Amino acid sequence: MRTVYLDHAATTPAHPKVVEAMMPFFISKFGNPSNLHDVGREAKNAVDEARAKTAALIGAKPEELFFTSSGTESNNFAIKGLAQANSQKGRHIVVSQVEHFSVLHPVKTLEKAGFTVTAVAPDRQGLIDPAEIAKAITKETVLVSIMHANNEIGTLQPIGEIGKITRERGVLLHTDAVASVGWVPVDVRALGVDALSLSGHQFYGPKGAAALFVRKGVRIKPQIEGGVQEDGRRGGTENVPGIVGLGKAAEIASAELPNRVGALTPLRDRLLAGLQGRISDMFLNGHPTRRLPHNVNISFLYVEGESMLLFLNMEGIYVSSGSACTSRSLKSSHVLSCIGTDAAAANGTLLLTLGTGTSGEDVDYVIEKLPPIVQRLREMSPLYEDMIKNRNRS
Amino acid sequence: MEQYSSKVMEHFAHPHNVGEIENADGVGTVGNPVCGDVMRLYIKVENNTITDAKFKTFGCGAAIATSSMVTDLVKGKTIDEALAISNAAVAEALGGLPKVKMHCSVLAEEALKSALDDYYKKKGLPSPVKVPDSHGHEHEMA
Repeated sequence: MRTVYLDHAATTPAHPKVVEAMMPFFISKFGNPSNLHDVGREAKNAVDEARAKTAALIGAKPEELFFTSSGTESNNFAIKGLAQANSQKGRHIVVSQVEHFSVLHPVKTLEKAGFTVTAVAPDRQGLIDPAEIAKAITKETVLVSIMHANNEIGTLQPIGEIGKITRERGVLLHTDAVASVGWVPVDVRALGVDALSLSGHQFYGPKGAAALFVRKGVRIKPQIEGGVQEDGRRGGTENVPGIVGLGKAAEIASAELPNRVGALTPLRDRLLAGLQGRISDMFLNGHPTRRLPHNVNISFLYVEGESMLLFLNMEGIYVSSGSACTSRSLKSSHVLSCIGTDAAAANGTLLLTLGTGTSGEDVDYVIEKLPPIVQRLREMSPLYEDMIKNRNRS
Repeated sequence: MEQYSSKVMEHFAHPHNVGEIENADGVGTVGNPVCGDVMRLYIKVENNTITDAKFKTFGCGAAIATSSMVTDLVKGKTIDEALAISNAAVAEALGGLPKVKMHCSVLAEEALKSALDDYYKKKGLPSPVKVPDSHGHEHEMA
């Protein structure tokens, strides 16, 4: 049976060259970068090299990059670290309502510690209006955090424009670029950000290796204390193999990026158009063009997401769902509800994210397999039955 | 998330008794699309015995499997026997449900009770059925 993995927003496989680069650092080059002897130096040099490669991917200087364990840690570090280190300036934070929980939850924690927060609403396509950010900033504002691309609906935010505003107003700007780095060009200077989160496993690196860019001269309070690693910003013996893998993934992404965008965008559009041509009562969530090149997020009316996901799984197609039933919390996506997607429709949402290995045949396979699944579930759905009856009546 | 049992997957992939019953003796619709599941259960009753049951469900794998199972369980039962079918019995017949999906078995029980209630009302008889209206709160508990 053909298998088609369309869940690259959840995680990507490590690139074989990434694994190859990592391997020596488990056994033969196992050193601790903090040690001065040759074994330690070897590891230190590898970490330095990975730092340079990762920094190059986002147009940063190597000394502006701090390795962490995950995108979640990077976001926690940025939000708490920047707010706490600069709170003499003020105790107000601006975020968007559609941020990842690894931003929203630390913000909530800061709120309990006396910070105030303004959460700006997106428009129907998930876009944040820079003018709304300008309006939200007060004399008390210390930090603005707006994601570069939304991890669910793929909408790319106008960070460059927001960066101009925050610089003019003397406010720090962090962007969660975990969903976008490796998929679209990201340049910290062009974006005008003071901090940026990225994560290796999101773009063919290993799990457990991520980074936070912090612009030179910006104060940040360490959140993991005890060691002098990462220039004193993040304690703990470095995950050397993981960091080496992240560096390699960054190097590959730097070389492949123009091709990635060019190859993925038409495949994404082919998938959407193919489904639109065969399935009625469905709509795309997010912005039609200002979106990640590999992201397709669709709501199918009258059917529930987990059921579609399970039937697709039986066909060897692996996707995510935005439905309440698929999540542990049994709450549907806060992103979909913020952009005004009807709650019932949100429960019929699938997130399909392509990867560099996705072929046209893979896309066509999904276009062939999904419509009968939707139809079968609709025939089983009382909501569909009611819709048909109402339509026939009127 | 916890895995579904093979019995749940069997009933999800090949659900029994999907459809509508024309001129059903009782119809019950419970749940809310906002919460992610709506069940509609149809019953046919002859001589105080449920001779046929069908369902339509908008919901997750567990919602479809519990609908399939409850319609299986209820067929051939007397009204009193049907009234005694609990959500736990539905879940047990499916080889158990993940904890966060137990509310689907509650919904199946409610759909059945709601169809039985409708049956009494259609007959013009006082309904002994207490239709629980707990849906929506289940989520908070789960």
